[in-house]
Parts: sequence; structure tokens; C-alpha cells
Amino acid sequence: MTSAIVVSGLHKSYGSTHALDGLDLEVATGEVHGFLGPNGAGKSTTIRVLLGLLRGDAGDVSLLGGDPWHDAATLHRRLAYVPGDVNLWPNLTGGEVIDLLGRLRGGLDEKKRDDLLRRFDLDPTKKGRTYSKGNRQKVALVAALASNVELLILDEPTSGLDPLMEEVFRQVIEEDKREDRTVLLSSHILSEVEALCDRVSIIRRGKVVETGTLSDLRHLTRTSIHAELAGSPNGLAQLPGIHGLDVEGNRVRCEVDTAQLDAVMRQLSASGIKSLVAQPPTLEELFLRHYEDDVPAEAEAAVR
Amino acid sequence: MNDFVGTGTLVRLALRRDRLLIPIWIVVFVISAAGSVKASIDLYSDQNALVEAARTSNASPALVSLYGRIFDESSLGEVSLFKLTAFGALLVGLLAGILVVRHTRTEEESGRLELLSAGVLGRYAALTAALIVSAGTVIVLGLVTALALMGSGLDTKGSFAFGLMWAGAGLAFAGVGAVTAQVTESARAANGLTAVVLGVAYVLRAIGDSSADGSTQWVSWLSPIGWSQQVRAYAGDRIVVLLIPLVFLVVLIAAATALIRRRDLGAGLVPPCPGPPQAAASLRSPLALAWRLHRGSFYAWGFAFLLLGLLVGNIASNVDGFVTSDSAKEMVQKLGGVEGITDAFLATEMGVMGLLASAFGIQAALRLRSEETALRAEPLLATGVTRARWLGSHVLMALLGTGALILVAGLGSGISSGASLGNMGRQVPRMLGAAAVQLPAIWLVTALVVILFGFAPKLVTGGWVLYGVFLLIGQFGEIFNLPQWMINLSPYGHTPRLPGGDFSVTPVLWLTAIAAALTVAGFATFRRRDIG
Ligand SMILES: Nc1ncnc2c1ncn2[C@@H]1O[C@H](COP(=O)(O)OP(=O)(O)OP(=O)(O)O)[C@@H](O)[C@H]1O
Ligand SMILES: [Mg+2]
Repeated sequence: MTSAIVVSGLHKSYGSTHALDGLDLEVATGEVHGFLGPNGAGKSTTIRVLLGLLRGDAGDVSLLGGDPWHDAATLHRRLAYVPGDVNLWPNLTGGEVIDLLGRLRGGLDEKKRDDLLRRFDLDPTKKGRTYSKGNRQKVALVAALASNVELLILDEPTSGLDPLMEEVFRQVIEEDKREDRTVLLSSHILSEVEALCDRVSIIRRGKVVETGTLSDLRHLTRTSIHAELAGSPNGLAQLPGIHGLDVEGNRVRCEVDTAQLDAVMRQLSASGIKSLVAQPPTLEELFLRHYEDDVPAEAEAAVR
Repeated sequence: MNDFVGTGTLVRLALRRDRLLIPIWIVVFVISAAGSVKASIDLYSDQNALVEAARTSNASPALVSLYGRIFDESSLGEVSLFKLTAFGALLVGLLAGILVVRHTRTEEESGRLELLSAGVLGRYAALTAALIVSAGTVIVLGLVTALALMGSGLDTKGSFAFGLMWAGAGLAFAGVGAVTAQVTESARAANGLTAVVLGVAYVLRAIGDSSADGSTQWVSWLSPIGWSQQVRAYAGDRIVVLLIPLVFLVVLIAAATALIRRRDLGAGLVPPCPGPPQAAASLRSPLALAWRLHRGSFYAWGFAFLLLGLLVGNIASNVDGFVTSDSAKEMVQKLGGVEGITDAFLATEMGVMGLLASAFGIQAALRLRSEETALRAEPLLATGVTRARWLGSHVLMALLGTGALILVAGLGSGISSGASLGNMGRQVPRMLGAAAVQLPAIWLVTALVVILFGFAPKLVTGGWVLYGVFLLIGQFGEIFNLPQWMINLSPYGHTPRLPGGDFSVTPVLWLTAIAAALTVAGFATFRRRDIG
């Protein structure tokens, strides 16, 4: 399988802020890749380096087989980008912006443009300054999605969209997926990521800390277990991968690293299981674990 | 009373934001005024030299239209400060207008005011606060100037008349800023409109002052800058004239508040109308977009330059009307006869047009930075557009725009001076040449912005600072006895004085070469730096 994006060991600092700290990222051709992480983790910075808008301090970046810094303009004809903050020219209409960006990219699909305008319920005759935040976002989305490019780079594309429009966005991406388009989707909306993404990468403080399919990631988190045993439990505390163990007579509550589930179940059944409730991690828990780990560090940074 | 809730907070906020800007401006004005007096005292050791200088100035149409008349040719205060009377009033007006727009429309446009309005802020709080800050600034500026002038040895009454007439111009244009901030939707447009009003005010007083037989002197009274001149500091000290700008300010405040009552936050007075759902076939390149973004301001400037050119050419043909007294006639002969003095006038005015056109060039080149910081460059640079093409589109607008403007002014002055002198065929090409020769210096100053944009984008507004320094060198370099190398720093000083003067090609080629080198360096550095 070929890769649309390969990043390895990427570093980028803004003055004293080390925004990217040895980031590795791989997006396979044809997949929808979720890009998640807390605020300030470095998602937008990564995307800007991928677009050749910023120059990495160290590391290798390859985009569609080329170097995004040196071949920026040529590569850009093969991709479309939706920025995180969309600002339009105050006196150009939405329709003009869509056409202009499409033409500068090398042409856009007229039929798709009209179809998207209808589905996103966007009035293309309004001037840039009069659009609401959500409608500005839609202008950028239509401009990007109406082109038949190989790669879509979307930085929080649904921020500001109402739930109905978010649903339209999902349908459109589903259709693109069927056309084998590659998508890099940075997002904070977990249900969106769960619905669309084949694989995800989680970035924290400038590094990718997890990457894989959603079920791979589930594997890496904890299952919570409530068990009632025939005899008193023993040896549980020594097992690796067990957290928050709480024993009350024959009752056991704990969290288990999903990878260690098998060993823990053996130990439990050695004492005889009378009843058992095992809860797989929800997606929220999965991400929150990665997000929350950041809190102490961030708070520390704030104190300093 | 609720309409004004929060004014105090906003005033404090504004003063905090401008805690450097305001004192620096005040110091610059005070130093210019006191410095001029100091220099003049050294220069005119005896009264005869003073009177002679004043007569020469009043006999020169170029100086009269540029700076105004000297009412009392024997007054040391007036003769030493006349270059700063109307011109200083113009700059104080600019400061006052910018301050008001900065704390009303700029805030509203950026959405910061919306944030504040969501708290407890009265409807008029922002405008009131901006007016307090602006009026306070110009009044303090006027008073400090008055004290500094007294310190330089001038009389008390005249010094206060001078300081307060500056403040009066500031108050009038604070009012203008209050209204323009309401009728436009962007701070850029509001400042542009204020600048147009300032320009018109300056031209009206030039018409009044240049009236050789006195028949059009009344035109000065239509201009806030004319009011400041009519205070006649050190030549009568008619401080009551300042009631006119005060009344003017009150009327404009009333107009601005009426406008606020009628519009929504963030909106202008003119409701936005829908535009085309599709882009015209021509809108398909960065250049087409750049033209779209610059054309509004270009047309407005072009119209102003045409009018200015026609006006200047027209005044030039009346030059001999100035020459009434015998001593003046004698002087005119020394200066090369009527044709010589007409050419000298036209050359001076063309130099001023060059300065004005540079302001367009700087502003157009600064658009690069505002597009970048508003995140509007990013989506373009993420398409097939190379950095050089995007940069080039705006640079081309700045370079060709200034070229077109100065040529329009040259054409206008050629036509009107040629028509009234009866030698159109000779005058038009002469004036076009005089206009073209301004371009290298204009381009050099524009190119300074381009290289700053590539090399140190955060300092790009330093382009205005450099421009201001060049202006000051040109205006005061000789009065202050600056060393020659410093005077040589200003590109405008190297422009041949045409028509009439000697044309030498070397400085023109040098200026052009430096401008080209700076532009190329700007492209090279921009391609190597981060966007954002
Ligand atoms: N132009 C800049 N100058 C200085 N620091 C910056 C700049 N842009 C980003 N940073 C810093 O770099 C880090 C990464 O920012 P980035 O915008 O990439 O985060 P993000 O993951 O996109 O966050 P969000 O989810 O809020 O969009 C942050 O600490 C941010 O403060
Ligand atoms: Mg971001």
C-alpha cells in the first residue's frame, strides 16, 4: 500500500514554543485518517507544514510523493484544504470565492459545486463580511469538496456547523471515501471521527502518542470489571495492568488494561466467578485518557 | 444615562493600548514646533532678514499654496512656525481621526467590541470613550506645545493661540472620524474617508490662500484647516475663531450618535446587497483578485489625483498675479522670470504629489501583510498559486498603481496649466515628464515595505515610519542643519526638480536600481519564511 502522507521526526518551534517535537504520521492512500489531540497539541501546525506554509526545523515530510516545501504549488493542484479559521474577503461573494479557489487549484466540478451548495443550504450571493461563522465554514467546505482532487486536508472542518449540516458533511465524506479519496481530518468531534475514520492518530504536545484503527486503540485502553467471586480473590494486586483495584469481601471492582484482560480473567476464575460485568471502554474514555494526561503538564506550564 | 455605561473602562483600556503611541506623537509635534523656533532664532539674527524671508515666502505661489500666507511679516513666531501651521494642523487632524476610528470601528470590525457589548456597555460608550481619548490627546498636545513655545522665548498669548489652533484642527477631525467610523464597515474605509476629508480641507485652504486678487479667499473658511490658520497665531491671536471647530465637532457628534441609533453593531450605514453567485470568467488569477481588492481605493485616489493635478495647473497659471510689490518683481526676475517661477511652483507641487502617491504605494504593499494576518493568504497559497505569484500580484498593484496615479496628476496639471497658458502641446509632455521622474523615489519607498514584508513581517508598518522620517528630513533637514549624509538618506531629495530644473539621469537610475534590488530581495526572503 502506498502512503499519501509520510512524516517522520518532524520538529517545529515558534520562538521558545516547541510546537512539534519529533512527530511521526503516516496516512495511507485512500483512507480517511482522523487527527486528534487537545488544543494546542500541534495539529494545525502539522497541517501547515504539510502544505508548505511553514518549514519544519528538522525531520522528513513527504506529501503525495513530493516535498511540500519545494514543490508546494504543483502538489497543491492535487489537494484541497479547509483551514481551521476561515476568513473571507469582505466584498467577494461566497460563490466568487468558491470559483476562484477552485480555478486556482486547476478547475472545479460545476455539477458537484451546485449539488453541494444545495445540500449545505448555502446562499452564494452573499458578501464575505455578511456570512455567519458556520456559513463561512460552508464556503470553505464547498470550495474544497467541489474539486476532484486526490487528497483532502481538513482542519476542524465542522466547527461552527449545526448538527444537520454536520450530517451532510459526513455523507459527503462517505461518498468521497467510495471514490478512493484520501482524507486527513483534524477534529474534536469524536462521533464524527468514529463514523468516518479508518485510522486515527492522537497527538499530544507535538508528538503522536497513539496511532491505529479504532479497534487497535480500544485494545490499548482499560476495560472496567465488576465481579462477584465464589471465594476471596487473591494475587490480583500483583498482576500487571490492573488499576483501581477495590476488594470488598468476595466482590471485586477494577480497571484492566485491555491487553492484560486474559491474565486477569484467569486469576478471577481461579477463585470461581459467580457474576461478571465487563464494560468495554467508550470512545470518549479512550480519548479523554490521552487528553487528560495533559492536564497536569499544562497546569504546570501555566504556573510557570 | 445607561447608554454611556462602561465609558470609563473603555477610556482606560484605550489609554493602556496607546500608552506608547500617544506620548510619542505628542513629543514629535512638540519637538518639531520648538525646534523650528529655535532654528529660526539662530537663522534670523536681525529683523530685516526675517522680514525679507517672509516677503519671499509670500511672493512664492509654491510656498503659499503649500503652507499658507504669513499674515505678519515681522512676527518671529509666525515666520518661524508658518510651515507648521496648516501642515501641522493637517497632521494633528490625521492623528485625531485615526484615534477615533481605532477605538470604534477597528474594535467593532475585529469583533472585540461585540465581546464587550455582551457585558455591560452602553450604546454610545465606545464612541464617547474614543472621543474623550482623541480630544484629550489633541488638547494635551496643544497645551504642551504652547508651553514649549513659551519656553523657546515666544510670547504667551501667541503660543497658546498656536497650540490651541492645532488642538482645534484635532477636535474637528475627531468629529470627522466619529462620523466616518459609522458610515463605513471597515476601519480601512473609515480611515480612507477621513483622509479624503483631510485632503479636501487642505486643498480648499490652498485655493483660498492662493487667491491672488482675494476673490476666492472665502474658500479657506470652508476648511477646518483654514480655521486653524485664521486664528493667526502670533499675528493677532484670534482665539475666538476656535469656536467654529468646536461647533463643528458638536454637530458631527450629534450626527454620529444619530447614525449609531439607526444601525446594528458591526454594520455600516449602507446595507450590504447581494452579489453574483458565480465568479466572472476573468477572476481566475491572483492578479485578478488583487485588482479586485485594490481597485476601489485606486479609483478614489485616481480621482483625487486628477483633481489635484487640474487644480495645481490652474493655480500655476495665476502665478504672475502674486507679483504685485516692486520688491517681489525684483525677486521674480532673480528667480528666472514668470516662466521660472511658474515652473518652480509646478516642480514643488509635483514633489508633493510624489509624496502623496508614495502613501498609496505603501498602503497597497501593506495589504500583503493584512491579507496574511487575516488568514486570507493561506487558502490561496494552499492552491496552485506560488508564493512569488501571490506576492507579485500585490506588488504589481502598488507599483503600477503609483505609476498611474502620478501620471494622472501630471496629465491633469499639464492640461490645465497648458490650457490657461495657451501652450498645451508643450506643457502636457513637460508635466508628464515631471510626473514620471517622481516614480523611482516612490517605488523605492514602496519597495522598502516589500522587503520588510519578506524579511521582518512583524515590522512591516515600519514602512510608514521610514516615510515619516523622509518627510521630516525633506521639510526640516535644512532648517535643522542636519548633516548632508542624513539629508541624502531621503530618496525624495534625489528626484530632479522638473519642470524647469536640471535633469540628470544618474540619481534616477540609482533610485530605480535600489528599488528593484529591494523588491527582488523582498521576493527572495518571502519565499524562505513561514506564513502566518
Ligand atoms: N504563529 C504562532 N506563533 C507562536 N506560537 C504558535 C503559533 N501558532 C501556534 N503556536 C503554538 O504552537 C502550539 C501548537 O499549536 P496548533 O495551532 O498547531 O495547535 P492545534 O493542535 O491545532 O490546536 P487546536 O485544537 O486549538 O486548533 C501551541 O502551543 C500554540 O500556542
Ligand atoms: Mg488547530
